Amino acid sequence: MPFAFRDVISILDYSREDLELLFETTDKIRELLGKKSSLNYLNGKIAALLFLEPSTRTMYSFQTAVYRLGGKALVFTSEQATSLAKGENYADTIRMFDSYSDVIIVRSKYEGTARFVAEIAEKPVINGGDGRHEHPTQAMIDLYTIRYFFGRIDGLTIGILGDLKYARTIASLLYGLTLYNPRKVYLISPGVLRLREEVRRKILERNLPITEVSRLDEVIEELDVLYVTRIQKERYPDPIEYEKVKNLYKITPETLTKVKENFKILHPLPKIDEIDPRIDNTKYAGYFQQAKLGVPLRMALLLLVLGLWG
Amino acid sequence: MEKTLIVSKIKNGIVIDHIPAGKALKVLKVLGLRGPEGYRISLVMNVESKKLGRKDIVKIENKYLSRQELSLVALIAPSATINVIKDYEVVEKYKVTLPDMITGLIKCPNPTCISRKRNEPITSKFYVLKKEKIMLECYYCGTMISGEEIEKYITV
Ligand SMILES: [Zn+2]
Repeated sequence: MPFAFRDVISILDYSREDLELLFETTDKIRELLGKKSSLNYLNGKIAALLFLEPSTRTMYSFQTAVYRLGGKALVFTSEQATSLAKGENYADTIRMFDSYSDVIIVRSKYEGTARFVAEIAEKPVINGGDGRHEHPTQAMIDLYTIRYFFGRIDGLTIGILGDLKYARTIASLLYGLTLYNPRKVYLISPGVLRLREEVRRKILERNLPITEVSRLDEVIEELDVLYVTRIQKERYPDPIEYEKVKNLYKITPETLTKVKENFKILHPLPKIDEIDPRIDNTKYAGYFQQAKLGVPLRMALLLLVLGLWG
Repeated sequence: MEKTLIVSKIKNGIVIDHIPAGKALKVLKVLGLRGPEGYRISLVMNVESKKLGRKDIVKIENKYLSRQELSLVALIAPSATINVIKDYEVVEKYKVTLPDMITGLIKCPNPTCISRKRNEPITSKFYVLKKEKIMLECYYCGTMISGEEIEKYITV
C-alpha cells in the first residue's frame, strides 16, 4: 500500500513500482468508466480543494474526479481566501479544512506549500502545484499518457521544450522520468530559460540521459514525444530577444514534416499560441487525450491515497 | 598546536582554530559576540597554517558552544576546530560539523518560498547536502545555497 494515507508532495517520493500500481489502477478506472459514468467509491467522503492560486483546469479536473467517484468537494479559491478575516493565515485555514474533510488538495503560488500543509494537516495532502516547484499529479498524468500512446516509457526519445526554468510541470516530469529508462531526453530551450540548478542536480544524480539543445529542428526527427510548454514573454529579460526566439519554439505543421510515424505532442495545457491550431486535428496531437486521462488518473490516485482500492 | 598560538593561553574557555583567513570577525558575529557581552576574547588573523595556508584563530574565555552555535560556526568556517580548555589544558578537541538538517538559522533565498510567508507558523529547514564545501537545500522549496552565499542568509 505505497499510497494509502501518504501525502503526495513530490513524484520523487515514489518508486517505479508505485507508479505502475497507480497506472494499472487508472486502467481499471477507465474500464469502469466505460460502463458507468459515475462510481461510488467515495460515498460519504469529502475532499477539500484549496486553490490558493487560481487554476481552473487543475481544479475542475480534481473536482470532476471527486464527483465521478461519488464524493463531495469543498472548494476554496484564492478569491475566497482574500475575503478571510484579515490576517488569517494559511495554517488556520488548513486546520479548519483538515477537520472537515478526508483529503486535502492544495495549490499555491508559494513553493513548498504542500509540504507545509502536510506538516499541519492530519489528513493526506495532495500537491496540486506549488509555485514553480512541483506538480506531481500532472507528471503522473504525463507519464501515463506516454504509456497510453506507446505502451512503455523505457527506450523512448523525449523532447521537452519551452520554459525549463520556471515550468513546474517540467521539473516534476523530469523527476518522474528518472524512474524510467528513456533512451534520451532532449531539453530544448533558449539559454536564459535552461533548467534550474537544483533540478539539474537531482536528475543528473539519478542518471537521466539529458542533452541540452537550443534548437528544436536539430532533434525533432529523433523524437517519439515532444512535451511543449509556453515561453512566457514576461519571463524573458529582453522583449526584443523574445521576439527573435519565439518563432524558433513555435510548433507549426511545417515543424513536423520529418517526424516519426508515431510521434506525439504533449502539453499540460492551457496552450496559447505555442502550438498552431492546425495541428490539433492531426494524429500528432496527444494533448487533448492527455487532458482527458487526467480525470481517471486523479480518481485512481484519490482511491489509493484514501486506502479505498485493493 | 601550541606553536601557532601567538596570544597567551587561556584558563577556561574555547579556542576556535583553523578558521579560514579573514573569517574570524564573521565567526564572532554569528555567535552574537560584539563586546558588550563581557567575554574576554582574543583574535589572531592571517597566521601561517599548514592546512589552510593562512588562518584565523579566536579564543573566548569562559564560553562553551551550544549545538546551535557549533552549526553557526560550521556554516562560516567548515574547516574550524574547537579546543575546549579547562585549567589551561585542552580537554577536548574536535572539528565543527553540521547536522544533516538545519532548522532555523538560515533564511531561504527564494522570496516566494512558503518558509518566508509572513504570519505562518513555519521555521526554515535545510538539508545539508555537503558538509565540507557546504551545500544546503531548502526542505520546502528545493532552492540550493552554497559557499560564500550562505553568509548572506544567516538570520542570527
Ligand atoms: Zn525555500
